[in-house]
Amino acid sequence: MAEIKLDVRGETCPVPLVEVRKALRRAAPGDIVEVIGTHPSSKKEIPLAAKALKLELLSVEEEGEEWKIKIRR
Amino acid sequence: MEDQDTALNENTSAEKVTLVVHSGDFDKIYSAFIIGNGALAMGMEVSMYFTFWGLLRLKKGQLDKGPLSKMHMLGLGKWMIKRRMNQSRVVSLERLAQDFKALGGKILACDMTMDIMGVGPEDLRQDLIAEYCSVGTYIEEARHSIVTLFI
Repeated sequence: MAEIKLDVRGETCPVPLVEVRKALRRAAPGDIVEVIGTHPSSKKEIPLAAKALKLELLSVEEEGEEWKIKIRR
Repeated sequence: MEDQDTALNENTSAEKVTLVVHSGDFDKIYSAFIIGNGALAMGMEVSMYFTFWGLLRLKKGQLDKGPLSKMHMLGLGKWMIKRRMNQSRVVSLERLAQDFKALGGKILACDMTMDIMGVGPEDLRQDLIAEYCSVGTYIEEARHSIVTLFI
């Protein structure tokens, strides 16, 4: 089981969402995708994408402008 | 990698989006690709049907060459918008098109427009285009879609 880390800090729509999806495509079932970003709407929308893909949202953390989201493939 | 993703797709319903890209305007091509990529990222299937002025954006080297739909001002408006987009770190249309393809999106080219405009497949971005077709194919795609937009 691997952990795939993504850094999309500074990136704007639709890059954070697209990069998460690309990482999930690379991931094997059980792998964890962790993404760090700053784009405000993506903090809401990446969890929506995880739900739509019927994947488990492990955590959403926020510190200042940065957020960190973990999803299990 | 593709095999693993098949499993991911099986977990989800195959909800579908079909976009008609009729406009060749720079800003509308952006809207189309952003919506397309967003839908793919959220687990939907997406077809983009390029027709009329939109089709011209699929000619080699023309993807980002359209005018702004408003305030183009002989290119000055577009130059200003592009500068603002760069400052906001909006990615290029080429990058959006490559991501669209990488996430399994399908680009359809209208063959009637190709006739009208005198454009052959050799003039077009064949690396991006999945199929050359006409209205029947669009309708077949659209009738199975829960979202369809005319841009």
